[in-house]
Amino acid sequence: MNIWLVMLAGGLLTFGMRFSLIFLFGRFEVPETMRKALHYVPPAVLSAIIFPELLYPSGDLNLSLGNTRLLAGIIAMLVAWYSKNTLLTILAGMAALLILQLI
Amino acid sequence: MSESRSAFWNGVRAEIPLLIGVFPFGMIYGALALNADISTLASQLMSSIVFAGSSQFVAAQLVHDAAPGFVIVLTIAVVNLRHMLYSASLAPYLKDLSLKWKTLLSYLLTDEAYAPSILKYEDEGITPVSHWFLFGAGISLWSTWQISTALGIFLGAAIPEKWPLDFALPLTFIAMVVPALKNRPMIAAALSAGLVALLAYGLPFKLGLILAALAGITVGTMLESRKSSRGML
Repeated sequence: MNIWLVMLAGGLLTFGMRFSLIFLFGRFEVPETMRKALHYVPPAVLSAIIFPELLYPSGDLNLSLGNTRLLAGIIAMLVAWYSKNTLLTILAGMAALLILQLI
Repeated sequence: MSESRSAFWNGVRAEIPLLIGVFPFGMIYGALALNADISTLASQLMSSIVFAGSSQFVAAQLVHDAAPGFVIVLTIAVVNLRHMLYSASLAPYLKDLSLKWKTLLSYLLTDEAYAPSILKYEDEGITPVSHWFLFGAGISLWSTWQISTALGIFLGAAIPEKWPLDFALPLTFIAMVVPALKNRPMIAAALSAGLVALLAYGLPFKLGLILAALAGITVGTMLESRKSSRGML
């Protein structure tokens, strides 16, 4: 994989989407279904990354108490829910992981 | 000219509270990109070539997981799809500008530049200089993003290697997702995407990620449509 090619293609696509309707104004409208669907992009994509990260810490399903990443992740979820603070969530999750790994 | 200058500074001022939130994000991105084995130069330049926070985090994660290039590009595109909405929503206010301005403002069109600008335009309408407001908001965010990325790369290099820094990425995603889970379609979208991601984990090229994202988006959208067609909230 060439990181520069990936960045260039990703950047061009991103610019293209930002430019698209400013450029095409009046010639195209965003369909209602797509408007709705876009709301669900962040939770869907991010959950699709989070779940395997927590449940398959070393490539296999690990539901035991020895899975420190899962436990730290759950703690982070609680902190995120109650604090709605990004930095605090990351710090709490990292601290939890470091402490759990020591136990 | 002074009118455009004051519109520019109004945009910068409106952006300041958002910059405070963005700064640590840029630093975390810089540190994590480096940790994902992206070179210093590429980590820094991703912030100006892609210039879209969450997609840069996701890209760093996928590089770390050794996903193939086309999956990373596809994922960046899916994560950034929402920018089409911003483009659509700002288009009527920018329609009389030159192509040069449209290009520049499109490049600077992020979540954080969009939010104060659309509020301003919907509230006060537009004048011949109001694009300077979006430019002020956009360019101040852009500069902050570059500087905070650089600082993150600089500090990230000093973090001991045995620290499980890679875990900060899923934690960042948790911090983004969890507060948004406010209704049933959102929760269902997140859960179904997560579940499909687990089931399809073995697929080659990390295609499970794309499949899972599509499943989550479909489930969320369908539940929302069903709810509204029943005439409920």
